Amino acid sequence: MTEDVNKQEHATLFLGCPEVPVQMGISLYLSHMLRKSGRQVTIAANPSVIKLARVADPERHYMDKMIDLDRCIGDIAEKKRSTDIAILFAHNDAGITYAATVRYLHPGRLVLVLFGRHAEELVSSVDFPCEMIVEKAVHDPSGLRKKIDEVFQWPA
Amino acid sequence: MACVEDLNKEIVLSGASFKEAREYVEAHCKEIYYVEPGFRLFEKHIIGIPPIAIGLDGDMVLFPFTKPCYGTFLIRAEHAEEASRLRSLGLKTTKEKK
Repeated sequence: MTEDVNKQEHATLFLGCPEVPVQMGISLYLSHMLRKSGRQVTIAANPSVIKLARVADPERHYMDKMIDLDRCIGDIAEKKRSTDIAILFAHNDAGITYAATVRYLHPGRLVLVLFGRHAEELVSSVDFPCEMIVEKAVHDPSGLRKKIDEVFQWPA
Repeated sequence: MACVEDLNKEIVLSGASFKEAREYVEAHCKEIYYVEPGFRLFEKHIIGIPPIAIGLDGDMVLFPFTKPCYGTFLIRAEHAEEASRLRSLGLKTTKEKK
């Protein structure tokens, strides 16, 4: 008999300002798919996003563990918390600044989702190593979902 | 130690990019220390693109503060204890390498 040493992979979604509509829908989808593929998921988000998620998903079928964005980063900085995959959503300079912070603190896989009207312009300000998903999506999440599916290759 | 929210502070820049905030510190401060993301300043882990410039002028501390919805603020606050702590840590400066 072999001991099962498989550790469940842990993903953290970092969500900033919710003013671009696609962020909430695509993050609910991504959280669902990550969980469905066997991963543990934590949502690190600003208070507005947490309120939106709690209203949209009251029984927490899609988003379960949630933590304040700055507290999560503080915990990572103090080595109280870690994750296998960090997935960051950014549609403005502040989002890139948060992503650069997580990149500095988290040595593992980092996926940066650039979206919103200025998604393509933001690419030039990313000067740290990461996997990037770029889609000029504001209201329609279809293109973003397709690119996310390509990156994560969900099991059938 | 004071929390950022409780500081008697002046907002020097608001809605700035992180790069603009760093350039302002470098252009207006003679005494600058560079820290890495997650560095604890005024009881907060600083968010920023490294290297993060913090300016000092006597007891005045000039530092960036990023919020997801509002971008980066550059804040000036008078705080002798934090200014003294920054000077004592042996951080990188503009003139000398750590």
